[in-house]
Amino acid sequence: MMENPRILEVRKGILKKNDQLASELRGRFRDAKVCVVDLVSSPGAGKTAFLEETLRRAKERGLKVAALVGDLATENDARRLERSGVPVRQIETHGICHLEAGMIDRNLEGWNLEDLDFLFIENVGNLVCPSSYDLGEDARIVLHAVTEGEDKPLKYPTIFNSSDLAIITKIDLAEVCEFDREACAANINAVRPGISILETSAKRGIGFEAWFEYLMSLKNGVGARAHAG
Amino acid sequence: MHELSIACSIVETVEENLPTERAKATKINLKIGKLSGVVKDALLFSFEIAAEGTRVEGAQIEIEELPVLVFCRKCGESSELGSPPIFRCLICNESTAELIQGKEMEIVSIEFDDGEPTHS
Repeated sequence: MMENPRILEVRKGILKKNDQLASELRGRFRDAKVCVVDLVSSPGAGKTAFLEETLRRAKERGLKVAALVGDLATENDARRLERSGVPVRQIETHGICHLEAGMIDRNLEGWNLEDLDFLFIENVGNLVCPSSYDLGEDARIVLHAVTEGEDKPLKYPTIFNSSDLAIITKIDLAEVCEFDREACAANINAVRPGISILETSAKRGIGFEAWFEYLMSLKNGVGARAHAG
Repeated sequence: MHELSIACSIVETVEENLPTERAKATKINLKIGKLSGVVKDALLFSFEIAAEGTRVEGAQIEIEELPVLVFCRKCGESSELGSPPIFRCLICNESTAELIQGKEMEIVSIEFDDGEPTHS
C-alpha cells in the first residue's frame, strides 16, 4: 500500500508551552507587585548560603520575602533556608536538572503574592539546563564561586549570556584560590558584554549592600526582564 | 541533561499538530541555535526515548544548526561568532551584546504519512 507523504509547516518554539506559562506568571507577578529573582549556578557555588544571608538581611530590613528552592532529591536546602524564618517551599524535581515555569506555578498555591516584596527562586545547581527555561522572573542572577576558577563563563556561555547580573561568591577565599578577578570579569564580559558583576561573601557579609541596592532598583521599576525566549 | 525535556516537548507539539489520529510523523525539521544550550547528539538520543510508543516514533530528526550572529552598531555589520562565542565585532573588534541569532529552538515543519492509501 502506497502512502502519501505530506509536509506541514509548524514554526513553533519547542518550549512554547513553557514560555507561554512563564509569560502568564510574569503578568501575575507584575499585578501583585512582587519582584521575582532567579538564582542559577553550578552545584556548590554557594547559592543556598547566599540566599540564606539574603533572606536574613531582607527580613531585618523589613522586606517581605519568600523562596522557592529547586533540588534534585533532598529537602536539605529548604531546611537550611527555613532558619531565616521566611516562607520557604521546596521543589523536588525528581532528577530533572532545571526548574520549569509549570513547577513554579504549581508551588505558588496558597501564597498571597500581593503580600510579598520579593520572591527568590533557587534553581537546580546546573550551568546548562536552566538557561533554556523562562520562569517569569524579573531577573536571572548567575553565581560564580572563586573556587571555580576563571574560565567557566567561556565554557557555559549560554547561562551567562542569558543572565542579568553576575555575582562572584566566596570572595573571602579569593587569595587562597589564587582567583584572578580581572580574568574572570573579562571572561564574563566576553560572553555577556555590559553585565554588572558583584563580589560577595555570605560568610563574611561582603557585598550585600550593593546586592540590596541592585534588588531595590530592580523592584522600583527598572523593569521586568525582556526575556529572550 | 535537559535534552530529554526538550525532546518530550517536541513529541508533544508534533503529536498535537498531526492532522488526524491515524497520521504518523516521518520527519521533523528543527532549527537550533548554537547558543540555545541544546546539544544535538543528546537531543537525538533523547528523542528516541521520548518518541517511543507515540505517533512520532521512528521519525527522522533533521536539525539545522544556526550560528551565533551579533550586530555591531559602530560599523553596522553583523559577525558570526565562533566557539566559545566572544561577543565582539569581527571587523572593528568593538564589544557588542546585540544578538541577532543563536538562541533559536524551533520546530519548522513536520513530514507525515496520513495513513490513507493513495488514490491514483
